[in-house]
Amino acid sequence: MKIEVIHADRNQLEKAYKSVMGPHFRLLTMVASDEKELGIDRFKLRYFFAVGDNRVLVLETVVPEEDPSFSSLAELLPAAAWYEREAYDLFGTRPVGHPDLRSLILHDDFPEGVYPLRKDFPLDQIEPRSGNGVFSYPRVEGEGVFEIPVGPIHAGVIEPGHFRFQVMGDTIFHLEARLFYTHRGMEKRSEGMDVMEGSLLAEQLCGVCSVSHALSYAQAVEQIAGLTIPERALYIRSLLAEMERLYNHVGDIGNICAGIGFAFGSNHGARLKETLMQLNARIFNHRYLRGMIIPGGVLRDLTSEQLNEISRISLDVAFKIQQIIHDILENNIALDRYRKTGILKEDIAEQFAVVGPAARASNIDMDARKDFPHAAYQELQFEVPVLEDGDVLARFLIRAVESTQSAKLIRQIIEKIPKGDIRIPLGELPAYQYGIGITESPRGENVHFVMTGLNNTIYRYRVRSASYANWPAVPTAVPGNIVPDFPLINKSFELCYSCCDR
Amino acid sequence: MFFVLKQLWKYGIGTMPLQDLRSNSTTLDTPTPDITTAVHPKLDVVNDLDQLLEKAPGLIKKIFGRSLHIRHLDSGSSNACEWEINALLNPVYDVQRFGIDFVASPRHADMLLVTGGVTRNLEEAVRKTFEAVPSPKLVVAIGDDACGIGLIGRTYAHYGGVDQIIPVNVYVPGAPPSPIEILNGILKAVEQTQ
Repeated sequence: MKIEVIHADRNQLEKAYKSVMGPHFRLLTMVASDEKELGIDRFKLRYFFAVGDNRVLVLETVVPEEDPSFSSLAELLPAAAWYEREAYDLFGTRPVGHPDLRSLILHDDFPEGVYPLRKDFPLDQIEPRSGNGVFSYPRVEGEGVFEIPVGPIHAGVIEPGHFRFQVMGDTIFHLEARLFYTHRGMEKRSEGMDVMEGSLLAEQLCGVCSVSHALSYAQAVEQIAGLTIPERALYIRSLLAEMERLYNHVGDIGNICAGIGFAFGSNHGARLKETLMQLNARIFNHRYLRGMIIPGGVLRDLTSEQLNEISRISLDVAFKIQQIIHDILENNIALDRYRKTGILKEDIAEQFAVVGPAARASNIDMDARKDFPHAAYQELQFEVPVLEDGDVLARFLIRAVESTQSAKLIRQIIEKIPKGDIRIPLGELPAYQYGIGITESPRGENVHFVMTGLNNTIYRYRVRSASYANWPAVPTAVPGNIVPDFPLINKSFELCYSCCDR
Repeated sequence: MFFVLKQLWKYGIGTMPLQDLRSNSTTLDTPTPDITTAVHPKLDVVNDLDQLLEKAPGLIKKIFGRSLHIRHLDSGSSNACEWEINALLNPVYDVQRFGIDFVASPRHADMLLVTGGVTRNLEEAVRKTFEAVPSPKLVVAIGDDACGIGLIGRTYAHYGGVDQIIPVNVYVPGAPPSPIEILNGILKAVEQTQ
């Protein structure tokens, strides 16, 4: 991965962005950091763009402590809106010209003028509630228009988030999603941790994308160290990533059926997912494949019997799920509910820099496995499925195709896997260097930014999960649909809250 | 109708027999590699699946009449615990056959399953949910962070333990605990009411 850096004045950011902007620019992430320790006054903002051909362009600027304002890119680049709001919440850097500066991460009872991610704020200090903040929700008003508040504690076994629907009859006019209820301050927690220990934290970011997060983190650290990882470790990493994709996609196919109360699909999805989880527990001693990927390689080797068992069971499950998908698609009720529901238009998906199956279902040809080849994907044969419709059915079908593909990739990996070492020591890392790790999780592209401090510690860690990139686009797919379709639309995106909120 | 019959013929009906679950028990019982090696003083974990499956229906019937209603409460977990609780409802474990069910409102619940170490943003919701549960309130903390032994601990946005906010009856550690361990924790809490 090639990284090029452009420095711009904080008041000229928009101009700088316009002058370098190319046709295939996509915002990967924006990282704010407090770099007073490095002799910089005081905050540094870095916008990372994917510009094609495995290249990354960094637009960076310095924001002083006295007047922490900079010209916002959000009007020009809607994808940047959340990142700038987040930096305003956590660091106090004020984006001038930002259309929506309501609080995002710290909810309204957090005292004003307190910025927890600044280096001088202690990690474990819980601020008293201020009680005077109010969060304003945009309203649709008129005769017959009602508001339905839902959450943060939901009726099912799911994660917390607050949704407000403005409806007339059953039709939704507007949806406002309030997230970050599970914000745990994990980025602050990581600061000062040993880089090897940070890998454990990366795994705990998200339950069901543990492999992908650990891999992104490991890649970022390895980029700083300039390491070349042994081939066998790269293949095992790809194997883990595909096993994770397979169990997630199989479970999600079932879950989409649960969104319409179609017990046949949801039960078979859950049953097959459980088969894979038990396989994970047998081979890796952990149902969510944690404890395998570390910076420098992988922790344990696999025997050929174990590899064969993985290959056999995953192919078997992929075959069975195809039969079930076939039956689901023969059901007219299911098809009626999936088709033309929750359409995410291509231009909106592009503006919000949507990633993963949601992007591929909206005619955007992107996959981090091809765009930023990592692990062993460079040497594996596979195709990226792309569909045009952008509805629930398209997202369902993308997962259907990818689950078969994952099983085939697992077989390919096992046929090709070379012999040799599985890890190399990390050694001493240079201080105050940063690296980024990009991987494709089952939900899309994960981007991790890691900056080292002194003595192999973490100075700043910023996680942009696939869910963080996709959440802003979800409310745009909802208006025009009926309220009972919202769970279905939500499940077809299948986003986590925990790795979004951190 | 034909469609349903075709499916039944193809895939069969019913849940996995107990026999199969038992034969898998060696793998299910293998402890997950613990990220934190600390042992919580209040833990009392027995993982005998046979015993669990035999005692579950009797125990619940004796104490709650016919059913145990559970309300899940996410107080800031990593999502893994949610999926493990969901797995309890899948056709392999299918806890509904013991009369255990998950309900939509805390007002219908006998027990709260709390996952996560209570974030600042969810503290109020946790308190309100706990208040809404009718007495006697049973609370089971699921996962390392909920038990207060997690990696994240106390930060500016995270209290690091359910017992900092509401009283807890049973702690189920693990990152995440397996469905069997969660079921064990649920039954432990039921036993406590005897």
